Amino acid sequence: MSALVVLIVVSMIVAGGFLGLFIFSVKKGQYDDDYTPSVRMLFDDGVTNTDKQP
Amino acid sequence: METIKQGSFAKEVLQRPHTEGRRETFYYDNAIVRNFAAATVIWGVVGMLAGLWAALQLVLPESLNIGPWFNFGRLRPLHTNAVIFAFVGNGIFMGYYYSIQRLLKTRMWSDLMGKIHFWGWQAIIVAAAITLPLGFTTSKEYAELEWPIDIAITLIWVVFGWNMFATILKRRERHLYVAIWFYIATFVTVAVLHIVNSLAIPVSFFKSYSAFAGVQDALVQWWYGHNAVAFFLTTPYLGLMYYFLPKAANRPVYSYKLSIIHFWSLIFIYIWAGPHHLLYTALPNWAQSLGIVFSFTLIFPSWGGMINGLLTLRGAWDKVREDVILKFMVVAVTCYGMATFEGPMLSLKNINAISHFTDWTIAHVHVGGLGWNGFLTFGILYWLVPKIFRTELYSKKLANVHFWIGTLGILFYAIPMYIAGFMQASMWKQFTPSGQLKYQFLDTVTFMKPFYATRGLGGALFVAGAIIMMYNLWKTAKQGKLLANEQAEAPALEKYTAHKGEHWHRWVERKPTPMLVATLIVILIGGAVEMIPTFLVKSNVPTIASVKPYTPLELQGRDIYVREGCYTCHSQMIRPFRSETERYGEYSKAGEFVYDFPFQWGSKRTGPDLAREGAGNNRKSNTWHYNHLDDPQAISTGSIMPAYSFLIDARLDTASTPGKIKAMQTLGVPYAKGFELEANKDLMKQANEIASDLKKNNINVPADREVLAVIAYLQRLGTDIGNNKTAQLK
Repeated sequence: MSALVVLIVVSMIVAGGFLGLFIFSVKKGQYDDDYTPSVRMLFDDGVTNTDKQP
Repeated sequence: METIKQGSFAKEVLQRPHTEGRRETFYYDNAIVRNFAAATVIWGVVGMLAGLWAALQLVLPESLNIGPWFNFGRLRPLHTNAVIFAFVGNGIFMGYYYSIQRLLKTRMWSDLMGKIHFWGWQAIIVAAAITLPLGFTTSKEYAELEWPIDIAITLIWVVFGWNMFATILKRRERHLYVAIWFYIATFVTVAVLHIVNSLAIPVSFFKSYSAFAGVQDALVQWWYGHNAVAFFLTTPYLGLMYYFLPKAANRPVYSYKLSIIHFWSLIFIYIWAGPHHLLYTALPNWAQSLGIVFSFTLIFPSWGGMINGLLTLRGAWDKVREDVILKFMVVAVTCYGMATFEGPMLSLKNINAISHFTDWTIAHVHVGGLGWNGFLTFGILYWLVPKIFRTELYSKKLANVHFWIGTLGILFYAIPMYIAGFMQASMWKQFTPSGQLKYQFLDTVTFMKPFYATRGLGGALFVAGAIIMMYNLWKTAKQGKLLANEQAEAPALEKYTAHKGEHWHRWVERKPTPMLVATLIVILIGGAVEMIPTFLVKSNVPTIASVKPYTPLELQGRDIYVREGCYTCHSQMIRPFRSETERYGEYSKAGEFVYDFPFQWGSKRTGPDLAREGAGNNRKSNTWHYNHLDDPQAISTGSIMPAYSFLIDARLDTASTPGKIKAMQTLGVPYAKGFELEANKDLMKQANEIASDLKKNNINVPADREVLAVIAYLQRLGTDIGNNKTAQLK
């Protein structure tokens, strides 16, 4: 069942990658504020109705 | 600002307006959102119509199977691929391009890459829509597309991911809203899954053999299959839910903290749940148990997410009564809750023993597919199209009609299928007092027909709703005008400047290119680790001495079996239950499948299991098979199998035989050296034998026809160990 070993290793890499990402994002302070992002996202519309080229 | 330390993010945010104040003007790209929205609607209707057609084929098999291109076995993969990758896929990208620009306060990094992503994805869908009816398939569920298209998918996926990470890096908002985490997880995991499961050895431009055989192939496939549900149908849609539900309700998500916990716990658990698709099969028991534990645990993050979604509407339920968009979203989130409650239950062995191979599974996936993915997509479309076209929805009334017939459609679909699945399993397992199986398999098929018809009605209602939506959105777009570039303002994000002792990752993070290279390296490591065993493929080789490689004719027949999608209705996996061993013979052993590239275990028994079709009491004459393939209903009254009479006219492509034998040798199948040169001689000899046997029964068929190869394959199935053991058991 070599495929089983492979899948576990690949899954570990993926999971390990996400674990690293998690620790990294916590350290970076991504989750220091766990309330205001949910409110801020409500106010993200454009400011005008004009259709201009950038 | 250098004094700001890691972890003082909140402080930094508070300080920024005072220290910066440098407001920048930029433009959101709505054209890409419009494109993906249009593709979502169009492919959605196409994919659903294909599903409706396939559903009705089970009711009216003789008139609705248009062979060979639109027989059920080829149409069903077309339906699943269309709704998953064309409808939901485009739906993901629609919501993703809309939300990520706004959440990151920036335009996409590259408009060109967005365009390549869009047109590339549509080209892949068109390629799928052409190749699947032509019978170019790997037969791996939801990964049926052949290798050139697989490579194209990988490239387009990289374009999508590249543009996403580059956009994240040029953002004006330090915090990554939870939806973006869901998008990142989707990108990374789907990339890995796709690469691993698509590993194959090409034989020709449109034919390849899976790099894995039998039980290993099954494991890889369902690791992929389960995670395709997880990371294509679930995580991106949760990202969309966390963005569009609060926007539509105009209130923040119930608990942002919970959403973060939801995300991280979900992705850590999801990737281990695959083996629950292989309970009671030849997969090692400990792997099954591992899958069950994780599958069951999944209920906690899933329900955390569902509750978070529903509670976002606390104190706003009066809005739900008025607002059709919220209605769609509430039903979607509720269906997510139901499907993620049912999923863990179905992964318990005692329940799976009943549900597996039946229409229960079909009901389960359609609660998720129609309810969760379908209704959330509809809700988002109704919210987003008027917004980017700067107008009101053309008709709220039509949207309400859509909501109600869509909801009825889900009910008319799911309820009959639940009943059908349960009845099917019960009938399969029913014994008479004297210990005989009570029902012939065909009895269970004819019993299903009214349920299949009602399900067809449900599907028709659902499609009708989608078509009404198409009209409504078209009218909406016509009465408005697309705001292709929407002006927005935000303060620039202060750049981190390099300072002494800075973490190396800080540097990587500032540069899109190194970041991408790093990502790719990580993915490639996964790929490399995956490939090693294919070089060590000898470890796959026979554990059962009597198991022999297929003869060239059987191999060709097997490839036709794959091409016609027989696996969509016939399993080849006898589970160790008395009801199955009585009906089909000795239960399947892992060692029997070592030459099966790809495995053909299937996941559904619309027709009977074929694992021992050529062995014991199941064995039928060549004449029976010939007549049955020619006209199934004439042999089995009430059968819903499509006719395969075209196999009698089609000439077998013997030119491909040497290449196929060589590919098999590469994969470790012990054909004698130089056998590829002899193979066609062997093939013709066996074909002539079958042809002359048929002739004795007054059937005159030239020996070079495909039907003979299929008969040879079917007569071979299960004979390696089947003959003796089955005889003993009976």
